[in-house]
Amino acid sequence: MIKILFFGQLREVLQTEILQLDINELGKLPVNVAELRVFLQAKSELWQEYLCSSRSLVAVNQTMASETNLIADDDEVALFPPVTGG
Amino acid sequence: MRQNFIKVQQQDFNLEAEYRALCLDNQQDGAVVFFVGLVRDFNQGAEVKSLFLEHYSGMTEKCLESIVVQARDKWQLGRVRVLHRVGQLELGEQIVFVGVSSPHRKNAFEACEFIMDYLKTQAPFWKKELSPEGETWLEAKQSDHNEADKWGA
Repeated sequence: MIKILFFGQLREVLQTEILQLDINELGKLPVNVAELRVFLQAKSELWQEYLCSSRSLVAVNQTMASETNLIADDDEVALFPPVTGG
Repeated sequence: MRQNFIKVQQQDFNLEAEYRALCLDNQQDGAVVFFVGLVRDFNQGAEVKSLFLEHYSGMTEKCLESIVVQARDKWQLGRVRVLHRVGQLELGEQIVFVGVSSPHRKNAFEACEFIMDYLKTQAPFWKKELSPEGETWLEAKQSDHNEADKWGA
């Protein structure tokens, strides 16, 4: 299973804090960040809008990831808006 | 005395204690530079009274540690302390502390600025303004990214 966490405005708008996903549901393997986005964006228009790469960043196993970063079973993926700390 | 101290906490921090921790029994370093960030009104919502800060526990600490490691690769540094608060904070409260010691002042100045620039664009924190009218998530600023980019990859 892949664990997907949502933070900040994404968590509130999508009303989802955590999602467990069987990696086989994603179709062809291996799967990368961009393909995971597309899979999640198919859920609804809201997901489509908020999970595009200009509005959300992705971390894999608590490290910032690029669109081509591969995702493996048991990975912890996080989706969140651009950061605003400091 | 640990050379890197990184902490994410709800409670306020004491500036004098932080300064002391950077210089106590530290005869090698002749320079200490620190930055303190305060909660201000971002004016994205009307009548802002406070902020709520959320973070990604686990990744935040790893990310800050990695930023400090990058700073140590670039400059000669002694001690580095990074504290960031989360939860509800009122206007004027201290939100972040970055303090570094070094044998040389230029190293200390630049490393402190570098750590803040990277923290603002990479560390997983999110701010929400709270006002009587409701809540507004703050948008990331391009200017912060420009500042971070100036240090190169």
